[in-house]
Amino acid sequence: MNPVNYLYLSALLFTIGAAGVLIRRNAIVLFMCVELMLNASNLALVTFSRLHGTLDGQIIAFFTMVVAAAEVVVGLAIIVSIFRTRHSASVDDSNLMKL
Amino acid sequence: MNSLIPLLVAAPLAGAALLLLGGRALDRFGHWLATALAALSFGFGLALFSDMLGREAEHRAITKHLFSWIPVNGFQADISFRLDQLSMTFVLLITGVGTLIHLYSVGYMAHDERRRRFFAYLNLFLAAMLLLVVADNYLLLYFGWEGVGLASYLLIGFWQHKPSAATAAKKAFIVNRVGDMGLSIAIMLMFVEFGSFSFEPILGSAGTVGGAAQASEGKLTAIGLMLLLAACGKSAQVPLQSWLGDAMEGPTPVSALIHAATMVTAGVYLITRSSAIFDLAPDAQTAVVVVGAVTLLFGAIVGCAKDDIKKALAGSTMSQIGYMVLAAGLGPIGYAFAIMHLVTHGFFKAGLFLGAGSVMHGMNDEVDMRHYGGLRKHMPVTFVTFGLGYLAIIGFPGLSGFFSKDKIIEAAFAKGGTEGWILGLCALVGAAVTAFYMTRVMLLTFFGEKRWQPDADGNAPHPHESPKTMTIPMVLLAFGSVFAGGLFAYNGSFLTWLEPVTGHSEGDSPLAPLVVTLLTTACMLAGVAVSYLMYGRSAVPVVPPVGSPLTRAARRDLLQDDFNHAVLVRPGSALTAALVYFDSRGLDGFVNGLAATIGGISGRLRRVQNGFVRSYALSMFGGTLVLVATTLLMRSV
Amino acid sequence: MSALLTVTCAVPAAGAVLTAALPAGSTEARRSTTKAVALGVSAVTLVLAAVVATRFDPHGARYQLTESYSWIRSFGITFSLGVDGIGAVLALLTAVLVPVVMLASWHDADPAPVAPDGTFENRRRTQGFFALILAVEAMVIVSFYATDVFLFYVFFEAMLIPMYFLIGGFGDRAGGPEAARQRSYAAVKFLLYNLLGGLVMLAAVIGLYVIAQDQGLGTFDLQTLTSAIADGKLQLTGTAEKALFLGFFFAFAVKAPLWPLHTWLPNAMGEATAGTAVLITAVVDKVGTFAMLRFCLGLFPDASKTFAPAILVLSVIGIIYGALLAVGQKDIKRLVAYASISHFGFIIMGIFALTSQGQSGATLYMVNHGISTAAWMLVAGFLISRRGSRLIADYGGVQKVAPVLAGTFLVGGLATLSLPGLAPFVSEFLVLVGTFTRYPAIGIVATFGIVLAALYALLLYQRTMTGPVKAEVSTMPDLKVRELAVVAPLVALTILLGVYPKPLTDLVNPSVNATLSQVHETDPAPAHPVAATSGGEQK
Repeated sequence: MNPVNYLYLSALLFTIGAAGVLIRRNAIVLFMCVELMLNASNLALVTFSRLHGTLDGQIIAFFTMVVAAAEVVVGLAIIVSIFRTRHSASVDDSNLMKL
Repeated sequence: MNSLIPLLVAAPLAGAALLLLGGRALDRFGHWLATALAALSFGFGLALFSDMLGREAEHRAITKHLFSWIPVNGFQADISFRLDQLSMTFVLLITGVGTLIHLYSVGYMAHDERRRRFFAYLNLFLAAMLLLVVADNYLLLYFGWEGVGLASYLLIGFWQHKPSAATAAKKAFIVNRVGDMGLSIAIMLMFVEFGSFSFEPILGSAGTVGGAAQASEGKLTAIGLMLLLAACGKSAQVPLQSWLGDAMEGPTPVSALIHAATMVTAGVYLITRSSAIFDLAPDAQTAVVVVGAVTLLFGAIVGCAKDDIKKALAGSTMSQIGYMVLAAGLGPIGYAFAIMHLVTHGFFKAGLFLGAGSVMHGMNDEVDMRHYGGLRKHMPVTFVTFGLGYLAIIGFPGLSGFFSKDKIIEAAFAKGGTEGWILGLCALVGAAVTAFYMTRVMLLTFFGEKRWQPDADGNAPHPHESPKTMTIPMVLLAFGSVFAGGLFAYNGSFLTWLEPVTGHSEGDSPLAPLVVTLLTTACMLAGVAVSYLMYGRSAVPVVPPVGSPLTRAARRDLLQDDFNHAVLVRPGSALTAALVYFDSRGLDGFVNGLAATIGGISGRLRRVQNGFVRSYALSMFGGTLVLVATTLLMRSV
Repeated sequence: MSALLTVTCAVPAAGAVLTAALPAGSTEARRSTTKAVALGVSAVTLVLAAVVATRFDPHGARYQLTESYSWIRSFGITFSLGVDGIGAVLALLTAVLVPVVMLASWHDADPAPVAPDGTFENRRRTQGFFALILAVEAMVIVSFYATDVFLFYVFFEAMLIPMYFLIGGFGDRAGGPEAARQRSYAAVKFLLYNLLGGLVMLAAVIGLYVIAQDQGLGTFDLQTLTSAIADGKLQLTGTAEKALFLGFFFAFAVKAPLWPLHTWLPNAMGEATAGTAVLITAVVDKVGTFAMLRFCLGLFPDASKTFAPAILVLSVIGIIYGALLAVGQKDIKRLVAYASISHFGFIIMGIFALTSQGQSGATLYMVNHGISTAAWMLVAGFLISRRGSRLIADYGGVQKVAPVLAGTFLVGGLATLSLPGLAPFVSEFLVLVGTFTRYPAIGIVATFGIVLAALYALLLYQRTMTGPVKAEVSTMPDLKVRELAVVAPLVALTILLGVYPKPLTDLVNPSVNATLSQVHETDPAPAHPVAATSGGEQK
């Protein structure tokens, strides 16, 4: 199978994720879309690694996964605490830092 | 002997400093101290005079260098003095009349609580005036020139609680400043032209020719015109005449000393002193005679219409100084007569003012002549001295004014040509008008029925003769008014005395001297007669009649203040107001506007931060897109 | 190498720290200690500055008593001090005025009780005020002594900080919130204007360094730079020189201030205390005009000549404009401020006329304006503190109730209008003559300034002091002993320097000649010179 197809898939997934981030208001969905974008780029990295025959891309993909995992921990904790205090998971409601 | 010259100035200056700084302790005898110091200065003057007479005519000028005042490369101004025949004449006039007026003021100001300060200012005036006439360079002269301006300011505004006095004082100072501007420009021109502004190098002295002879006529004309501007300010000549009438707000001794006998004649001194410049600048001389002729008629017309005795005398002063300026503008034909008239005028006008002061003293400070009348019975000494001054000023044959004024009219005709005729006729008309208004003053004040009434509080004036301290100076000045002219004219003594300084030449008069004298006397008698017909034969109304348009204009000083108001004051205040607006709204508005614009822009930009995560994300995406697109484009190029 | 100059600068600086550290002034006794310490320090500084001025030999080297310590070696920046006649005289003026200002502001910074139980608004006010004044003094004196361009720049800018706090933090307290708002506006305006000027100057300073370094002269030392420029070792292209000149000049013109960069001055002088206003106009602003003489002319002689006519036009506009606005003011302190703008026009005109009369006159003018404006402004301050209003219309007839106050106020006004016999006349006339010899038309227009000066000075006197006594001023006390002690030396100096300015001119003339020869200018010669026989004895 032509590895370039994986790149098309990756681009498609990234676009879906980006559109989700821009359109949706629910913090959880937003979060999932961000994950989707991260994983789309992971897929692209792995594909390039395969194409070039080097390991660099795969290594960076591991870094990304670690960072994404850490981000999920912190991010979900923030979302949960916001939901507890404000009874809403909509990101539009949390604009307290706006002047 | 020449070390006495600084003392001449120092004596009254010390008096002024002592009286101003000495405080209340000097209240009791301060006025006598001031009078003594003025007399001391007069004594020094006499000593110097006798010393001067002991030398030959060409060697009479003496100098005294004290110290270097402003030494800068190429610019050398010194405190140093020069006393020649011209300054000597002034020194004696200033200290002599000054001492008499100090004495008079002892009586006149007896009840004023600020008398000490008054005498301090009088002494200050004497010091500044003496400095003016004994300076050996124009910058030091300027020092004295502004110094007398200051003294005049302080004395006109002596009764500061009266707003009119304060305004008059300020007006006098500022109008004089316009003249001073002329003097300082003249000094600058001299510096550019000669690299110096000392008298001797520029003007030359007896036997030597000064640098002025080398300069071009254009430059000299410019210097001359600037000096004339200065003279117009100080001597109240048209167009800077407007301050003199208002200056009568000052105490009467001040009007006598400063605004009649001495300070206002400083302009004549300046022109005569600078004769070497004017002689080489005929255009400037023409300007001088025009100013003199116009002012002598202007002052005379104003003098005819005033009901305030001091203002009538002020108009007369202006007119008489016009005669002097006219004479000084005639060149060597007239300098000596200008100074001669100046000295005789110093005597009789000071006497007239002191007489007016004495009348006011006896009449509860009433100045309106329409409220006088018949005072000759109540104040015999004042009447006689005033009367002698009156006869002198109208040029009654044999008295001082006759000799000096007659000579000026003669010199005016001697100018020659059409110019001579015009000037001569102006001077003749002036003589007639002088006789008219002075007779009017005389008749309204001393003759006729009494016209005074009780004032609002019911206090009727009780006219009485003034105390001895006041009458003695009046009597002495009356002597001067009677005899000085004859003394000066005898054998041409005054002419010989001044000739080494001013030079002299006889013009060619189209009329014989005797004809001029007869004409002058005829004009004078005509003036007296008309005045007698108008004011002597019938009762004078207490309320002034409406009068012709000319009379009404003359009562308002020929609309001088309206003119100045319309041409200078109103546009000036409009300009000031406009500039104040421009400064706060224009310049400052620009700066504040800049600040407001920056604040506004940041306010707009702030709205982009709307608090929605999505829009931040969108801008991030947009930014990334732009970056990627740019990178790709750069690659492909 | 004696450390006299460093000590002269260090004494007020140390005094500022000491004063600030004194215990808080909740009691009268503690406040008096603070004031006495500050006054003592300023008196010591005065003695030191006087020693500097007397040790300076007018016929000796251009810069004397020089000291140099290494500071930032990699950029060739040194802590170098040295005096010429002009710097010595101006530092002395500063040292004379500071104790006078302190004495005049004796009670201006007393903390006011805000509650009946004796609690105070800010118990360290007094310490702060006097420490700030000493800090300003130290910085100004360093600026006058500095012979390193960067060192000068640092202190030229640094003095803005204490001035900012002096203007914004201490004013008349009667005004309430509106006055406080005006005051902070004035302080911010002062700071922004001068920071902008300083910023432009910094760019020019760096630019000068870069150009000099390219030609192997990596230094900020003024003497090295000027001599290199004079003998061609350091060559600036025409454009570069003009740009650098304008960069320096802009900063100095803001500080001086030159029309149309003046609008911060009336606000600052109007809102600050009278003492601070004197510091602004008589001390701090002088650094600007001084720096024009020393840096603009010394470093950029050709550009100075190129721009001189334009600058003269601006300064003559300033003379007339400032005077006209002074006539139109309703506020006493703003009137004095606009009068100062007019006078700064004269000073700048004298500097850029490039004649020895003009520059000697300008230097004397800096001193004389400092003294006479201080007298005028401080008496105005005494007047205002008695009535609590700055509006001219609120006064009238004061001379009747307070003749000494009125008299000294008149002397201040007469000095401002340059009456002969008082110090400002000497300098004003020199400036006019110096300008007239080269540019007659500009000289004549400037002469109109003397008429306008008479108008605003005497109008102010007439409106406040003469006429019938207003009810509000009828109980006004005359000057107290402390106030007399403030005014008397100023008046005495005004008269002394008006009649005998020779000691000053002797100090200043050689330095002016040196400056002029840097610009390669000589005085225009008179058309028909006559031998000056003035001064000869009796023949």
